[in-house]
Amino acid sequence: MNLAEFDHHAPIDGTTIFDGTQAMKGYALNKMCYSFNAAEARETYKADPEAYYDRFGLNEAQKQACRDKNVLDLIAAGGNIYYLAKFAGIFHLDVQDVGAQQTGMTKDAFKEKLRKAGE
Amino acid sequence: MATIIGGLTSSHIPAVGNAIAKGLQDDPYWKPFFDGYPPIRDWLGDHKPDVAINIYNDHGLGFFLDKMPTFAIGAAHEYRNEDEGWGIPQLPPFPGDPKLSWHIIESMVAQEFDITSCQELAVDHGFTVPMQLFWPGAPNNPDMPRVVPISANTVQHPIPTLKRALDFGKALRRALLSYPEDIKVVILGTGGLSHQLDGTRAGFINKDFDQYCMEKIVTAPEELTKITRMELVEKAGAQGTEFLMWMMMRGALGDKVTPIHANYHIPISNTGAGTMMLECAA
Ligand SMILES: [Fe+2]
Repeated sequence: MNLAEFDHHAPIDGTTIFDGTQAMKGYALNKMCYSFNAAEARETYKADPEAYYDRFGLNEAQKQACRDKNVLDLIAAGGNIYYLAKFAGIFHLDVQDVGAQQTGMTKDAFKEKLRKAGE
Repeated sequence: MATIIGGLTSSHIPAVGNAIAKGLQDDPYWKPFFDGYPPIRDWLGDHKPDVAINIYNDHGLGFFLDKMPTFAIGAAHEYRNEDEGWGIPQLPPFPGDPKLSWHIIESMVAQEFDITSCQELAVDHGFTVPMQLFWPGAPNNPDMPRVVPISANTVQHPIPTLKRALDFGKALRRALLSYPEDIKVVILGTGGLSHQLDGTRAGFINKDFDQYCMEKIVTAPEELTKITRMELVEKAGAQGTEFLMWMMMRGALGDKVTPIHANYHIPISNTGAGTMMLECAA
């Protein structure tokens, strides 16, 4: 069976549809991020990030995206934003930091863009 | 028989929980948002519902991708709020109503909604933030209703269609109206409105579309079922798909509702924040 025959996703600019393909690709990465709900897991990670990546079986692209804290790369590697938010939280990055990074803006410029959407 | 007295909608942004914890309600950034709630609290104070059905979407606390229920219904004596990864202090557990939960579960499956029942379910900000907004101090508010959480999947596609969400609400209505006890029920639909957190389109907010949805959800929810899921992602943003919770809520209210109060404000965090109070015909 070819899953592509069921692909009715019209491409949407700047948006990755987190579907079965992405969910399979990012499973290890998202599973690691899900573990960060627990405070002890966050401490274990911080003590030795590389060992923690291996424990969850991250591939090299996922590891590098984590090392770089690069959100677009994390998404390309199968990350889901809800789980990635827990990874970002370890580094005290909020959703505006994450938005600014992905759009190549300063945080202030990103916040201004949000404010302008209300005009 | 249970009586459905009305429906409430609210955004459930984590930053709101933080603002409540810090007492920022009168801060100029937050005030236009928090001002949307006192009229609804007054209404709740007058009507004192016994039960709140809280329709929300889990964000990776109660469920993971290993097993992802499309629709899940809580069937527990209480629901714990747990650390979501940010180390924010947790709220005490919320009291459940397992007898009502199982009645709903029986009825939904009889109506061919094959849901997942949950005897344990950790509830995240999607559930707790609206509770805090509607019942300050929740769950330690003297008027705190018992709760039945219902979570729909918006984490991973395929997500339910807007029609399925509305139909779920209609089935939930039938389930409640067949409950033998005389209780007053309020239905919450939480999440949205437009926002996108991920990708180069992060920060996308669509005021026109949000306002269209807030209008049609009152008068013509069936019209909204024509929106495809991909169209919803395109127009409401990748996480704006949480509007499905509003559709589920709306289905449970019956054909005619009276809008008592509405508020809309941009931005709260990365989101167009919408709040509504819809009263059911007595
Ligand atoms: Fe949400």
